[in-house]
Amino acid sequence: MPAKRHAASTASAPAPSTTSTLSSGPATLKTNSSVLDITSHVWQQYLANTAQRTLLLDAFMAFLVLVGGLQFVYCVLAGNYPFNAFLSGFSAAVGQFVLTASLRMQTSEPGSGSPSKPSSKGKNARFADEDTEEDTGISHERAFADYIFGSLILHFFCINFIN
Amino acid sequence: MSVFCSPPAFSGLTALAMYLLTCEMSTSPSAGLLAAAFMGITPGYISRSVAGSYDNEAIAIFLLVFTFYLWIKAVKNGSIMWGALTALFYGYMVSAWGGYVFITNLIPLHVFVLICMGRYSSRTYIAYTTWYALGTLGSMQIPFVGFLPIRNSDHMSALGVFGLIQLVAFADFIRGFLPGKQFQKLLTSMILLIVGLGFGGLILLSVSGVIAPWSGRFYSLWDTGYAKIHIPIIASVSEHQPTAWPAFFFDLNFLIWLFPAGVFLCFQKLKDEHVFVIIYAVLSSYFAGVMVRLMLTLTPIVCVAAGLALSGVLDQFLVMSKPTAETKAKANAKDSKAYGKMSSPVVGIYSYFSKAFVSGSMTLYLLMFVAHCTWVTSNAYSSPSVVLASRLPDGSQHIIDDYREAYYWLRQNTPDNAKIMSWWDYGYQIGGMADRPTLVDNNTWNNTHIATVGKAMSSREEVSYPILRQHDVDYVLVVFGGLLGYSGDDLNKFLWMVRIAEGIWPDEIKERDFFTARGEYRVDDEATPTMKNSLMYKMSYYNYQSLFPPGQAVDRVRGTKVPTESPTLDTMEEAFTSENWIIRIFKVKDLDNLGRDHSNAVAFDKGLKRKRAAKRKGPRVLRTE
Repeated sequence: MPAKRHAASTASAPAPSTTSTLSSGPATLKTNSSVLDITSHVWQQYLANTAQRTLLLDAFMAFLVLVGGLQFVYCVLAGNYPFNAFLSGFSAAVGQFVLTASLRMQTSEPGSGSPSKPSSKGKNARFADEDTEEDTGISHERAFADYIFGSLILHFFCINFIN
Repeated sequence: MSVFCSPPAFSGLTALAMYLLTCEMSTSPSAGLLAAAFMGITPGYISRSVAGSYDNEAIAIFLLVFTFYLWIKAVKNGSIMWGALTALFYGYMVSAWGGYVFITNLIPLHVFVLICMGRYSSRTYIAYTTWYALGTLGSMQIPFVGFLPIRNSDHMSALGVFGLIQLVAFADFIRGFLPGKQFQKLLTSMILLIVGLGFGGLILLSVSGVIAPWSGRFYSLWDTGYAKIHIPIIASVSEHQPTAWPAFFFDLNFLIWLFPAGVFLCFQKLKDEHVFVIIYAVLSSYFAGVMVRLMLTLTPIVCVAAGLALSGVLDQFLVMSKPTAETKAKANAKDSKAYGKMSSPVVGIYSYFSKAFVSGSMTLYLLMFVAHCTWVTSNAYSSPSVVLASRLPDGSQHIIDDYREAYYWLRQNTPDNAKIMSWWDYGYQIGGMADRPTLVDNNTWNNTHIATVGKAMSSREEVSYPILRQHDVDYVLVVFGGLLGYSGDDLNKFLWMVRIAEGIWPDEIKERDFFTARGEYRVDDEATPTMKNSLMYKMSYYNYQSLFPPGQAVDRVRGTKVPTESPTLDTMEEAFTSENWIIRIFKVKDLDNLGRDHSNAVAFDKGLKRKRAAKRKGPRVLRTE
């Protein structure tokens, strides 16, 4: 993950014209700022712009990454003998991560005014003139109910598979 | 087979699913109705869904269409629930049909194309990841699939796109915090990099053998000659042959030329779901050209596209009313000079003549389609394969019921646990209608089992008998069409048995030995010794000559005379032969009471002297027990 941030920042660094002051950001980003600066800028933006609930979700996702990574390392080091068990444990972590990410996308998008939406919309404008379907409002409650539904199925499969 | 349901009921459900799927594609309600109607009667699908056909593909197509419907719903709404439902039905599909791999690859491809088009959105992420995480776990519950999703290359594209979409989502997330201008470049370069890495890794893993190589059926999709060379068992199924062009018209009739029009309409709108239709159309038309059987996966998308096209045409011509005076005036005001002539009397698509002409011809085509479907269904697809119908010279129908007669004989006259050996085509029928265990059946996936049967059928009796004993075979069933001219008999399939057996025991069975020196496949006097001594040949022609005056026995399928002398069977005795000789059942003899081998025993019974019998014999055979 840090590697990617690195890549992102290097690509943005040589941009010529944009002095790029993000309207909502706490700090400004200079064109010629170093990689570390940009990384920390992104981090601060993240902390400043993210709601408390979303931060909680993010912490849970980080935990899941940790759990999944641990299982994987164990599998590599100590062998994958009960392969079913490893697989269901690992995929439980991955699946839960993915579901949580989905929940996060659904709940954080309209409210917190994350600036990702307008830019992605601008990109899509080529294909669909007015993407009215972009905001098919899924309410937070509905999103959470979906999340629970998905998690139930996921864990049912996992338990069934674990032997 | 636990999945047994009435195909017509599933046909109805398929039509329903088709309606829902097509309605997702189009705002016009008529498209869905048309597509559902097409799906209901198109011969390409009716071949699987007529009552009495005994095939889980009828269920599979319903699941295929419904899974796609749910998938489109999931992509449109970006909700976990639809994604999870897609996964559930995908799991059901996995349990029902091996063709689930089609879904496994189509959905990732759809997502991949969407990403490449820059149409990535959180909805795509939610739909895909939910489907993949749940669907893969679900499919791994099926014992037949097991660990395939992480081992087999067929499934790797799904995994790859799963990884890719995580990266894309993360990139999208980061973009929120960075100036957007440079990001597009970064995104595309990152995609290229990752895909390159992933592809390289995939090749590396495949080469080093960590991932199982692509399964044979998959290879034969790309290289149509592959199966014939490497895997006779795949090529031996007639439905795995490349499709002949008339078959497209036969199965789809006028839908086949509406199909490109519908795909073109999808290009005009080009939202997420239309991209899906386009990808599906391209892929499945290729696959349908490769294997006859995959016509089945082409049919749904053809119905969707044709429904879209036809409803487009009809809506244009029937529903669209003349532009009223004010709209015309408005239009004229807008570009008054350029289109000044527009207000002249109704011509073009607004005139009643063109409306009547187009709708009339479309109706005609539809009527012809119905007539064609009815004709095809009644002629080609509604005759059950176990009961043959023929016409007598006076035109009345004659039913040839040999299969049922023979299966009923088995049911009545053999012990409950008698094991029947036959070629695998008849396994289900024997299991279902005669209620006896078989050595191999239509669902046998173990190539060696089938090759064993092939070896037993194509070897000399001395070789076959130990095989039969080892597998506790009590009866051997062969299908022989020589008397009636029924061409789908075992002697015509015999070369496939030889080839499949040769694949496992190349030095014991050789296909070449079954052809004459001039390369002909003959059954008459000039047949090769290997052919004449093979168990299949002997069983087919055993006592057949007694039906004819001496020297005039004729095989009506191969159109040749048959040797005047009946082959001798030492290790078996004829147990049953059906009315028209289509089914012949032989009982495998027990070991001889006196410890002789069978050819000696038979020779003794015939009153021949022992010496002569011994001289006649080839290599002595070991007793098995």
